[in-house]
Amino acid sequence: MLSELERTAIRAAVERLGDRRAAAAETLAMLQRERGWVSDEALAEAAMVLGMPREELETVATAFELVFRRRVGRHVIMACDSVSCWIKGADSIVALIKERLGIGFGETSADGEFTLLPAGCLGLCEQAPAMTLDGLPYGRLDAKTLDEIFARIGEDKHGDSAH
Amino acid sequence: MATPLTERLKADGTAVSIGEYEASGGYRGLEKARAMSGHEVLDLVKASGLRGRGGAGFPTGMKWSFVPAKDDGGPRYFVVNADEKEPGTMKDRILLEGDPHQIVEGIAIASRAIGAEHAFIYIRGEYLASAAALERAIAEATERGLVGRPEEGRGPEIEIHLSSGRYLCGEETGLLNALEGKRPNPRNKPPFPQVSGLWGRPTVVNNVETVANLPHILREGPEWFKALSPGSDAGTKLYGVSGWVAKPGVWEMPMGATVREILEGKAGGMAEGRVLRGFLPGGASTDFLGPDKLDLRMDFDSVGKAGSRLGTGTMVVLDDKTCPVGMVLSLERFFSRESCGWCTPCREGLPWIVRILEALEEGRGEEGDLERLEDLSRKLAPGRTFCALAPGAVEPLQSALKLFREDFEAHLRRKGCPWK
Repeated sequence: MLSELERTAIRAAVERLGDRRAAAAETLAMLQRERGWVSDEALAEAAMVLGMPREELETVATAFELVFRRRVGRHVIMACDSVSCWIKGADSIVALIKERLGIGFGETSADGEFTLLPAGCLGLCEQAPAMTLDGLPYGRLDAKTLDEIFARIGEDKHGDSAH
Repeated sequence: MATPLTERLKADGTAVSIGEYEASGGYRGLEKARAMSGHEVLDLVKASGLRGRGGAGFPTGMKWSFVPAKDDGGPRYFVVNADEKEPGTMKDRILLEGDPHQIVEGIAIASRAIGAEHAFIYIRGEYLASAAALERAIAEATERGLVGRPEEGRGPEIEIHLSSGRYLCGEETGLLNALEGKRPNPRNKPPFPQVSGLWGRPTVVNNVETVANLPHILREGPEWFKALSPGSDAGTKLYGVSGWVAKPGVWEMPMGATVREILEGKAGGMAEGRVLRGFLPGGASTDFLGPDKLDLRMDFDSVGKAGSRLGTGTMVVLDDKTCPVGMVLSLERFFSRESCGWCTPCREGLPWIVRILEALEEGRGEEGDLERLEDLSRKLAPGRTFCALAPGAVEPLQSALKLFREDFEAHLRRKGCPWK
């Protein structure tokens, strides 16, 4: 399941930090980065490499919102619903995204392209309402900017298939 | 008006390079600090009157002074809290992205004061641009021998830890647990981190804006720092405004600028057709203040006397076309979601508050709901929970129940939200 590269990275983290536990956080972040999510199998094998019970690694994995324990789509949207964005109409932005993708919070579109998640304050309050798409920040959202963002993703996809 | 923390920021938003930083007086504060003993650096920061900019306003020099003076030969750590996640707060991001060397220099100065050879920057996972800017700055400063060589007395080694995300990672002991690879649940205090922090070793955790002040205090001296503000709280402050105002943003002003100077002078007043009804002075976990407080000075003591907290100094503004009950519901949903579940009042109380507020918004409110909310506010007050999350969560609720009483009552009377 885990690649040799991933196993090496975990062992290197243990060695560098001199501490299995501290390496647990790094391990989960690495798996998330490499795989886009952390499956049960990946988690169990990583725990073995770290030399800790699976449950122990699980308690860390489930504490953090940027470690996904379920498969996500190719693109992940995290829409801020905290106070500054809420005041600036985050509800209607989220409604527009849901309508466009045909999914609710915590769901992935049928074609596996998008997952939509709620996010606590993204620190983009002066640009509210805001979201991140694949980790990149987007602010001052409205129907028009959303259209542009989705159109750009569509073009990228087109570009991908041309290669 | 002096704006030392932000004067180097570039209009195009790119980070200040090491060349630009040094050309404008950068790393001279560190040079001074290196010519002094750690204790002398600490005394100088103490004399400046700098108070922590993360929300609590604790005097920075005093916080450092709790690190045991006697060196037992083991490691000590300095940690920068860059886990900015208090809703309504976006000030640290501006400093991290725009002038990362200011942070690196501040880290080196603080590490000198407490005798730390290792430093961590704990940064929220979404601040990728900030992390990239810092990474580059650390590499540049290491290459020039300014940091990164503790064995030659040119410490500390600085490591960036990108958080996997959770509000409680911003609580300093939750942060330390997260750095150790544990769940970010807060720890019992005492022992305080200065005595037993990261891996049980003496550790100081300071906020980004606090750290950014250090190079200037070292270079220009405590008297200069005190003279930056008109009141008793020294220095400048990054103030922010979000909500329906003409120009939301972040600005550096003398500590103790008035609400009016910030809201009208910088944010351009309310957006067209909107009237100010109240504001949270310093992020989500501060009590609402009303429009009668426009001439209030935004410093720790003045806002405290007015019944709220300066917090992070970034205001969230409520206008007349936004429902106060809906705003409080948004706030409480955030806190409820971020509760770690460790202690019962927080784990059970916050979702209960959310359910009652949802009922009010959806027209299912019942007689006695407002009294139940007041009761819950008291039951989640300081001293009744393990950490400050729940007490912070009920600050906007308890104050909204007083300031916007008629709006809460209207939700009951009209069986739903009058704004919908």
